[in-house]
Amino acid sequence: MESYLFPFDNLLCMLLGISFTVWFTLLLVFIIVPAVFGVSFGIRRLYMNTLLKIFEWATLRMERGAKEKNQQLYKPYSNGIIAKEPASLEQEIQEMRRSGSGLGGAEFDMSDIFYFCRRGVESIVDDEVTKRFTAEELESWNLLTRSNYNFHHISTRLTVLWGLGVLIRYGILLPLRVTLAFTGVGLLVFLTSIIGLLPNGGMKSFLSEKVHLMCYRICVRALTAIITYHDSENKPKNGGICVANHTSPIDVIILASDGCYAMVGQVHGGLMGVIQRAMVKACPHIWFERSEVKDRHLVAKRLSDHVADKSKLPILIFPEGTCINNTSVMMFKKGSFEIGCTVYPVAIKYDPRFGEAFWNSSKFGMVNYLLHMMSSWAIVCSVWYLPPMSREEGEDAVQFANRVKAAIARKGGLADLLWDGGLKREKVKEVFKEEQQKLYSKVLVGGEED
Amino acid sequence: MGSTSSTLAKIPNAEDLMQETGFTPAHLVRLYDRFKVLDKDKKGFLTPQDFVAIKELAMNPICDRIIGAFFTSGGETLDFPSFVRILAHFRPIDKNRPKEPTSPDPINSRSNKLKFAFQLYDQDKDGKISRHELLQVLRAMLEKQVTEEQLESIADRTIQEADLDRDDAISFEEFRKSLEKVNIDHKMSIRFLR
Repeated sequence: MESYLFPFDNLLCMLLGISFTVWFTLLLVFIIVPAVFGVSFGIRRLYMNTLLKIFEWATLRMERGAKEKNQQLYKPYSNGIIAKEPASLEQEIQEMRRSGSGLGGAEFDMSDIFYFCRRGVESIVDDEVTKRFTAEELESWNLLTRSNYNFHHISTRLTVLWGLGVLIRYGILLPLRVTLAFTGVGLLVFLTSIIGLLPNGGMKSFLSEKVHLMCYRICVRALTAIITYHDSENKPKNGGICVANHTSPIDVIILASDGCYAMVGQVHGGLMGVIQRAMVKACPHIWFERSEVKDRHLVAKRLSDHVADKSKLPILIFPEGTCINNTSVMMFKKGSFEIGCTVYPVAIKYDPRFGEAFWNSSKFGMVNYLLHMMSSWAIVCSVWYLPPMSREEGEDAVQFANRVKAAIARKGGLADLLWDGGLKREKVKEVFKEEQQKLYSKVLVGGEED
Repeated sequence: MGSTSSTLAKIPNAEDLMQETGFTPAHLVRLYDRFKVLDKDKKGFLTPQDFVAIKELAMNPICDRIIGAFFTSGGETLDFPSFVRILAHFRPIDKNRPKEPTSPDPINSRSNKLKFAFQLYDQDKDGKISRHELLQVLRAMLEKQVTEEQLESIADRTIQEADLDRDDAISFEEFRKSLEKVNIDHKMSIRFLR
């Protein structure tokens, strides 16, 4: 019996060896080398178009299947349950007065409470903020169970396709991407440490730029990110700040693979810390200790100092402060807009058909999230570089921030919201409640003084 | 995505709830989804903290009273049927409902809407809005914007007008009478889509 196993053993080893070599060669030739030189074979685009065709077919099958069984396929009204009154507090109360006891004066009426009551219950049924922090609901299925809200078994063909998808994604794509990710990160740490040994000067900056770009490009391929850059003539220059809307930690990789930026962030421990220390050897980034983050003046000073030095790279900042689900842009924190230099806005919009890029940090941890990313089909996104903006005369930081935010929202096709991204975690400031009280009192007391 | 009927099957006593409240299956399903979104810890019921977490509600001057209206008799848990029953108050009045004298008023009748609003004022549930309770509501809606004297004079004037039996408090009947001409249906209804 044993003698039979030996030739098979050898055969098996040989096969494994060959397949490994072939795989690695393919990896090198088709992915790593183009990444190093910044060229593309267009394989990812081909992949994307094929996937789209498959998704369309899958959706058609499902629609047909649903029609046969006479069921409803699409979730009705994914944008709201109720129609909210657009009228303001003042208008409502004036109307109540007119249709009410006709007392003429703006006196308190027992029915005034109806306005607040109704608004309160409306917000219980449907509010703007909670909607922004859950992943966008899709209108067609992209063969990922995680975006499958209520699909049941519609046809065997579809389930087989889905099963095939799982095999491909977890069996082939995931290991490939993980290998690439390790390669990219490893190279980054190794090469930047070496460059750090060089004396400061033109050579160092040049090499550092090349190394950073190369490693980020490998990481981009590790996620199979298909990115379209628009308006590259507006790319951020030295001595400025680049601001962008924030959907996931991947935003950094996407932007940094097309240009060199100085990163800003807190010093982390572990692997992140190692990467941070290595990066800062090759070119200046701004890493803050945890204690320093609270001191706004210190932060502002370090940022201004960096910006004033024209030889240093533009700073990359995400003013929303947290990840939003890519359907809207929330309030920008004014800190980065107080520094008084040119701001280069960038809009990033992900295509959710291929994989949900939004990081719901209250639901998933970082590792879980990365795993999700690497087992999706692809990350497809568009990046628009907007023309630079500066603070105008008589404009304060908040107004400037809002102006930039509106421009980004418009370009990326996102809704422009007044709400603070920090609302995901914190309580509402008293200021908002006072606003309502002020309005109401103006109607009441202001009217009486006439 | 998927059929409404599959989610409907997950809701216990859906048929009875629809009968009682008058919500359509589509509405009930959307409210159920909303209930689950608000119930972040997946407890199966809601607590006052879940309501306070809604930012738009937290900035409403009478936020506490509205939440109190959901959690009647001081309880700390709100299950889905109770949630829906309270929201049913805000359905627009069904104009085509046949008037059956023996069946009870539907939850969204004018009378029941008024009762709901009344209990926002009447926190101690003694069936009357005392001067003290009225002042509390005024304080909540106006807080730092007016002086205490102005608040008191507003309260006095309101009671003077509405209090017909001169007991220095407003009963439900007096409340209803003072709001005779107000279009309650418009002011206390939420337009549910479809």
